[in-house]
Amino acid sequence: MAKRRRNQPIVSASTLKNTFDRRSMVVGSIQGGIGVLLAARMGYLAIAENEKYRLESESNRVNLTLIPPRRGWILDRNGAPLASNRADFRVDLIPDRLVDADATIDEIGALLSLSPARIADVKQKVAAVSGFQPVEVASGLDYEQFAALSVRLPDMQGVVPQRGFSRFYPTGPSVGHLIGYVGPANAEEYDEEERNPLLITPGYKIGKDGLEKQFEQELRGEPGARRVEVTASGRIIRDLDTREDIQGDPVRLTIDGPLQDYAARRIGLESGSVVVMDCATGDLLCMASMPSFDPNSFSDGIGSVEYAMLREDARIPLRNKVLKGLYPPGSTVKPMHCMAFLKAGIAPDEAITCAGGRRIGNRFFNCWSNHGRVDMAKAIYQSCDSYFYHFAQLIGFDKVAEMAKLTGMGEEFPLPVTSQFYGTVPNADWKRNKFDRDWEPFDTVNASIGQGYYLASPLQLAVSSARLATGRHVMPRLTMDAAPKGFDQVDFPDEHVRYVRQAMSDVVNGPGTAGRGRLPFEDIKMAGKTGTAQVVSLSVSDGRSGPWKYRDHGLFTFFAPFDNPRYAGAVVIEHGGGSGAAYPIARDVMTFMFDPAKGLEKLNALEKQWGGTAQERLDNKYARYAAERGEAVVAAPRRDEDIFDQVEAEARVAAQQSEEIAEDFVAPREEATPRGAPTPTPNQTLSPTAPNAPPSTQAGTP
Amino acid sequence: MSRAGSIVPEPIARQPWAMLIPLLLLVLFGAAVLYSAAGGSMQPFASSHLIRFSIFLVMASIIASLPREFVKFMTYPAYIGVLLLLIAVEVIGQVGGGSQRWIDFGFMVLQPSELMKPVIVLVLARFYASLPVGLITDWRAILIPAALIAVPMAFVLLQPDLGTSLAIAFGGAVVMLLAGLPMQWFIGGGIAAAIAAPLAFFFGLQDYQQRRVMTLFDPESDPLGAGYHIAQSKIAIGSGGIVGKGFNNGSQSHLQYLPEPHTDFVFATMAEEWGLIGGIFVIGIFAIILRWGTRVALTSRDRFSSLVAAGMVATIFFYIAVNLMMVMGMAPVVGIPLPFMSHGGSSMMTNMICIGALMMVNRWNRNAPRGGLEN
Repeated sequence: MAKRRRNQPIVSASTLKNTFDRRSMVVGSIQGGIGVLLAARMGYLAIAENEKYRLESESNRVNLTLIPPRRGWILDRNGAPLASNRADFRVDLIPDRLVDADATIDEIGALLSLSPARIADVKQKVAAVSGFQPVEVASGLDYEQFAALSVRLPDMQGVVPQRGFSRFYPTGPSVGHLIGYVGPANAEEYDEEERNPLLITPGYKIGKDGLEKQFEQELRGEPGARRVEVTASGRIIRDLDTREDIQGDPVRLTIDGPLQDYAARRIGLESGSVVVMDCATGDLLCMASMPSFDPNSFSDGIGSVEYAMLREDARIPLRNKVLKGLYPPGSTVKPMHCMAFLKAGIAPDEAITCAGGRRIGNRFFNCWSNHGRVDMAKAIYQSCDSYFYHFAQLIGFDKVAEMAKLTGMGEEFPLPVTSQFYGTVPNADWKRNKFDRDWEPFDTVNASIGQGYYLASPLQLAVSSARLATGRHVMPRLTMDAAPKGFDQVDFPDEHVRYVRQAMSDVVNGPGTAGRGRLPFEDIKMAGKTGTAQVVSLSVSDGRSGPWKYRDHGLFTFFAPFDNPRYAGAVVIEHGGGSGAAYPIARDVMTFMFDPAKGLEKLNALEKQWGGTAQERLDNKYARYAAERGEAVVAAPRRDEDIFDQVEAEARVAAQQSEEIAEDFVAPREEATPRGAPTPTPNQTLSPTAPNAPPSTQAGTP
Repeated sequence: MSRAGSIVPEPIARQPWAMLIPLLLLVLFGAAVLYSAAGGSMQPFASSHLIRFSIFLVMASIIASLPREFVKFMTYPAYIGVLLLLIAVEVIGQVGGGSQRWIDFGFMVLQPSELMKPVIVLVLARFYASLPVGLITDWRAILIPAALIAVPMAFVLLQPDLGTSLAIAFGGAVVMLLAGLPMQWFIGGGIAAAIAAPLAFFFGLQDYQQRRVMTLFDPESDPLGAGYHIAQSKIAIGSGGIVGKGFNNGSQSHLQYLPEPHTDFVFATMAEEWGLIGGIFVIGIFAIILRWGTRVALTSRDRFSSLVAAGMVATIFFYIAVNLMMVMGMAPVVGIPLPFMSHGGSSMMTNMICIGALMMVNRWNRNAPRGGLEN
């Protein structure tokens, strides 16, 4: 109040004018100050932060898109593609940029008429992956579909249709396990490669399994790049420049493409594998494992229906049986064990008497038949068990095991494969380590005929066969750029080799156990050894009928021509009911090798009975399965890696199955066609050795 | 100032060229920027910008020729008229089922809230000019003007248009300050505003307005949402550097990264192509115009004139300051265009009314004897 009173007299027109002038000056100065501040702020943005904002403006303006490099081809030994690229139209989704994922997917699904199962898979995938990972919706579209989609693009954020290349495997399931397949990188792979932007470029795939994964770096190539000027809404104004991609290097395998396909198809309805090697170089010509998956249909992700079908198949189409199938080798080890006996100084003509078995220690062990007087040659071609019980016991199994290891049993080969199982060559130390139990005579008995704890992969059987056939320490190789190895190392003396070759020839061409295995050629003879591996004891199954999974494995190792081996290999048929399931396949594969037309003739006849080629049968099965099960399938595990880890873990468990019956003597079963008792065939007379003039005489001569 | 070049005829020499020439340059420069913002074309922005300026320049000269008594007489009716228009906007909006800010008269679309900016200055100047000197410290001296400001503000806020309502408040407040109200009231008002601001922020502002304010403090928090505008504007200004990217070469504006490159963010569009030099030019011209306006206010003979002139200057200043602070990331995005450069009829009209009013006061100053008191 007092203040007001004091102020009152001062207020007049002139003081108000004064106040106005004074305050105007203040307001004006504040305005000027703000002006200076704005100019300073602008100077700061334009000078001090110019660099930063120039970069940001440039990265706004210019959009760099990677062009996925064309993947290098995978070639067979003759340069024919086992995996190539096909130009096609494809559509990917980028989950981060989708506004309404489900609606967009439904719209695309309707536009491209995708199956409901496929649409469900895509939705699930979009929900599961990290937002930046592209999800393939479809590839191999025709131009009309592609165009229809492109027209609607402005309304569909996050949908990327493009022209690109997709991987193509001409022989499909035949090479599935060997070559593997490709697929989009997952989050872990993206992180592992330091968030390489190439890995999340729509349409870019990396090797997921097999050789595709193993040779990823060689096959990858250099991505191209396209710099474009884009608007804020992503519309491309113009191309600035483009760098072409550089295709990945081809990888040339030692595999013989037609042979691989033939062998895979010849396995037919069985579950098994065929390995063929070149005896002169160690080249792996064929590593077929069937049944298999179609790598072409895996590259856009493994569909739920497809996965369920493959999972439910007792023949385990996802397992590469060449590398990850372990089987008791059975009698196929006998020629190799003979090498151990020869090395230990046992003369080939030293004979024993098989009385339907033999007493070892204080226990009598059965042979599968009663062979009477048996020398080494007869022990091989008639597959007499007693002979091996006796001499293995005599020289001690440790020496036999040493020989087994020398021929490749239990060995891991230096091959460019993602994983291989190396099996078991049992001996006393091994048993003590593993089970803390002593080695018993029955262990020697079991192991001497390739049963008990013995486990080998088809690849090892093939290598073993090649080493026996050549006498050299042949090392397998899978790529043409690896040098052949092992040929300077002589494992066996020539006379031993010749003796065993002759005896193995007699298995097929003489009075042996594989009489129906003769090649349809006058001048080319195949040598081999049959094997029948029991998986359960006699009390459970007779090995030939009953539930599939209790049947015996059928095995056959072979080489041809027997006197100058060019090719060696092994055939293993899981639960084939005996070696009779295996050696006809080896016969046809070798027939194809020497005369493709003749081989194909046989195959075509067989495939007519089976209902088409492997590819056709797989496709039909899928169609049937999808129609039957359709919606009600369990979703595939999120990552392909999980699927294959699971398969591998199961393979390890499966390999141990035969250990259960190794607890005691495994009573041997009859060989496939044992009564090989020289069937009177034209071949018989041409055979260089008469059945009762055993080859021992040859080998015995100094 | 432009005192008689003897060759030039008197009516032309009389015009305030010291302001008009810079203004003309600025408008032409604005047209050039709009030409570029349209992707190198006179259509649709630059030509209409120039046409509007010409029309409103005529309007400004008409305003400039109005006699003081007429203006004083018309002030209150004009205020009531504009207020009725504001109410009409609200009513039409309610009936039409959606809020809107303009009335379509057929021949033109009018935004009454724009008219309120110069009118509030006029009405307050009129009020204080007629207020007996001794009453300036009386409560009535603030209560009535406060009501005069609050009523239109409330209607504009209802639209809702925060930027314009703040402009009205700012123009009114400056006139009150210059009218000589006791300083304590402003300090008290300032404190009250400081307390009310957070409350208004949380309860008064729309959700989108709150977000705009928040992103001011952390623009990177939402680079594709509300912060996007500010970030892109700063990129445009910063990437221009000292000399800019060159006429018609602005990528930010041409590739549509810059929002509203022809209206609210026209300064960013300009700065990208003309750089700091262009920016200094624009700020410099604004300084010249405002300085001229301030001088007009200071040389005024009477209270009404000086308050009108100062209020008009404040109104133009508010546009400039808020817009420039916004495009440089110092104020939230409030949707206030840059005078004489942004494309848009309403803001051009408002600012030309202010210019016209300043020219009018300038004319009164010249005609009336200095120091004459008139109340």
